[in-house]
Amino acid sequence: MNKLIHTLIFSFSLFLLVTYSSAAFSQEIAVYSARKEHLIKPVFDLYTKETHIKIKYLTDKAPVLLQRIKAEGENTPADLLITVDAGNLWHAANQGILQPVNSDVLTANIPSYLRGPENKWFGLSLRARTIVYSTERVKPDKLSTYEDLAEAKWKERLVLRTSKKVYNQSLIAMLIKEHGEKETTVIVKGWVSNLAAPPFSNDTKVMEAIIAGQGDVGIVNTYYFGRLVKKDPTIPIALFWPNQSSGGVHVNVSGAGVVNASENKAAAIAFLEWLSTEKAQQVFADLNMEYPVNPDVPINPTVASWGTFKQNKINLKNAGENQAAAIMLMDRSGYK
Amino acid sequence: MMASASISENMNISACMPNRAYHYSLRNKSLNMIRAVTSLRGIAFVLALGVIIPILLIFSSFLQSEPKIWQHIVDTLLVDLLKNTLMLCIGVLAGTFVLGVGAAWLTAVCDFPGRKFFNWALILPLAVPTYVLAFVFIGLLDFSGPVQTLLRTNVVSSLKWFPNIRSSGGVIVVMSLALYPYVYLLARNAFKTQGKRVLEVSQALGHSQAKAFFKAALPMARPWIASGLMLVLMETLADFGAVSIFNYDTFTTGIYKAWFGFFSLSAAGQLSSVLLIFVFVVIIVEQQMRTKIQFNQVGKMTTEASRIRLNGWKKWIAFGSLSAILLIAFFIPCLQLLIWFVRSISVELDSRYIGLLFRSIFFSSIAAAVITGLGLFMAYIQRQYSDFTTKWTIRLSTMGYALPGTVLAVGVVIMVSFADRQIIWVIKEISGIQLNSILNGTIVTVIFAYTVRFLTAGFNSINSSMFRITRSLDEASTILGVTGLNLLRRVHIPILKNGLYTAAMLVFVDVMKEMPITLMTRPFGWDTLAVKIFELTSEGEWQRAALPSITLILAGLIPLILLNRKSERTTI
Repeated sequence: MNKLIHTLIFSFSLFLLVTYSSAAFSQEIAVYSARKEHLIKPVFDLYTKETHIKIKYLTDKAPVLLQRIKAEGENTPADLLITVDAGNLWHAANQGILQPVNSDVLTANIPSYLRGPENKWFGLSLRARTIVYSTERVKPDKLSTYEDLAEAKWKERLVLRTSKKVYNQSLIAMLIKEHGEKETTVIVKGWVSNLAAPPFSNDTKVMEAIIAGQGDVGIVNTYYFGRLVKKDPTIPIALFWPNQSSGGVHVNVSGAGVVNASENKAAAIAFLEWLSTEKAQQVFADLNMEYPVNPDVPINPTVASWGTFKQNKINLKNAGENQAAAIMLMDRSGYK
Repeated sequence: MMASASISENMNISACMPNRAYHYSLRNKSLNMIRAVTSLRGIAFVLALGVIIPILLIFSSFLQSEPKIWQHIVDTLLVDLLKNTLMLCIGVLAGTFVLGVGAAWLTAVCDFPGRKFFNWALILPLAVPTYVLAFVFIGLLDFSGPVQTLLRTNVVSSLKWFPNIRSSGGVIVVMSLALYPYVYLLARNAFKTQGKRVLEVSQALGHSQAKAFFKAALPMARPWIASGLMLVLMETLADFGAVSIFNYDTFTTGIYKAWFGFFSLSAAGQLSSVLLIFVFVVIIVEQQMRTKIQFNQVGKMTTEASRIRLNGWKKWIAFGSLSAILLIAFFIPCLQLLIWFVRSISVELDSRYIGLLFRSIFFSSIAAAVITGLGLFMAYIQRQYSDFTTKWTIRLSTMGYALPGTVLAVGVVIMVSFADRQIIWVIKEISGIQLNSILNGTIVTVIFAYTVRFLTAGFNSINSSMFRITRSLDEASTILGVTGLNLLRRVHIPILKNGLYTAAMLVFVDVMKEMPITLMTRPFGWDTLAVKIFELTSEGEWQRAALPSITLILAGLIPLILLNRKSERTTI
């Protein structure tokens, strides 16, 4: 019996030790990130090397992080929220989680259509959601716009990612803003009737299907294309920039905002400002083959080799404002 | 005076004193209340309540109405969701029943070449998470995968006849292969410990072997098989990872659409409540159907000599079918993972993996210990007291398994944050120190969340084993002077050992594979292997996810095999 009690006391103390051994020290910035660890850790390490300020972080899906911050309330340890889609940032601001940041550095370095209203969030890297096609079976002069993919000539040749992914929701939100719901419904229904296979769960699978011949044309984020080409430069697919004579290619950002209940506001803002400067922008964008938001920063040569294009300059807050409408539209049109 | 200490809590010693004033004095009443709360039953009640509250918090979502979202769901999605979910549940239940019960019968009762190997090997798929099996199968069998590509280039150019893996059939097959071990384990327990007398009597009365199986052995194993199938049903309903990879729309994906797409936690909570009510009804119906039957035949099923020896083609069918199951559910996926791992080894492998592995094992071990202990405690209370409140409290506390992980985690985080604020306030009042957080953001939250979710896995198998302990056994022990903790140690635990080891095993492996709750509740720097797999697969990097997947499977295998061996060695 004695032995049992001793073991219990020992285990309990050990447990307490483990639980509280990493009690926070205030010269740390805490980040909740929807951007995956391998895409942010190098940037964090660089900052720590330069400034000796440590950054601790957690990754998860954006809506879950939002909910966690809300549930934790005043006592949330988070200082900064990083997400991978503007819609998510808009929702965070909308639900009162982010606070406005007045910083000349940030306003100077980041174009206004990539910043949230009231300066509550800031894009840090840019990606385009564009058309990818098989170089073996499709001539680029046959491609023109996103809307054109709904035409009958693409019957059984289109492959798409699931409508559940926020990137597609933001794309549809852009189409809704440009054409209105009625016309966008026609477009989406056209896409659905042209599908060569049920929607895939990720962009990489979309491209693999095109390579294997299951489809001829699809819509993907530029960096997924970059990753696949990096692994095997000989794959017979290429990017096409649609809508060049109309609104422009749909772009989105991975960005961040300062959490309302943050206790480390100054440190968080300083980190954000650092992220918008040239060195950080280059590292951040290069990690994932994205485009920097700071227009003065040169684009990575590999990424630049895909070509220049006209971006759609609708303020990205639209991605959040029209997200619900976009989802309902896609559901009604049968786009799974 | 009764010798059994725990039962005497309820004995009113004032029965010896006829003085009415003593009965109803305030002091006596409050003493009785304190006694009630601190009695074992009271503690169990409080603990169960702790587990139920996060689940109840989900129901509180009805306080805020979301007419637009419900309107959209009912108009556009509901029929499809329900149809798909029903098809999935029925398919997976049928699949796991056939695979699990069939395999259990063959290995527990029959004799054929390779039986000893299959006995423990058939559990191996338990270590493979459903979402891993999902992306491996799709990676292998989809249009652009190696199998079809090989066939297209070498054999025949048009593969229209090749079954489409990304279909409802595909999901059902993959989930059945991943989940059959639950049924297999519990059914095997049942068949092993059934008395052979039932079968012998049945056959003496003229039934053939097959009929004896269906009419006698199978019904006798009902609570175990039902427990296993309940676990499977709840896992299927709550699953999000695998169905997302298949892009198969179930009720749970609808819940997540409400939350991740429409950002309405209330709508998500309301849908989850509907799910819970459905599961609750199923549990009640199932339990009502078996209250009258006694299941306490005790005795070793077979010595080596008295197993049913299979002859001729029968034994090769047994061998062949079990090999096929193992190959498809375990060895081929592991092989594919190894191939992917070797290809991406330079990119992925680094020193962080040791930390990931350690943390996965740490969480799993603690959760297994806590939940098995709690499950045992609850099973005892369930057995001693069969009144309404106790029964229903315990039933409610095992519902967490059916809730999608992230939704449950929200309930837990809300509850823990609330508790945190109260504790911090108390500490501030007492000592003036303002702390930021006590429980929130620590591993206590994580373990608590695991308990809310996995209590069923621990409780069910122990509860089923409890059936083996008859009242007469208790009474005989009391007469012989073995009571209280001694009774527990010398008589009960040996009988329960099988159930205890199974419970620990199931919880350990379940927590290893668990992803959404870990993601949401973990403290900074506490990433596990499952978290790593999520990070990579959500970026479409399936090949890089092979390394953490293989590590997770191997880490889960070792305790699986150990615990299985221990439960095999028990005498009953």
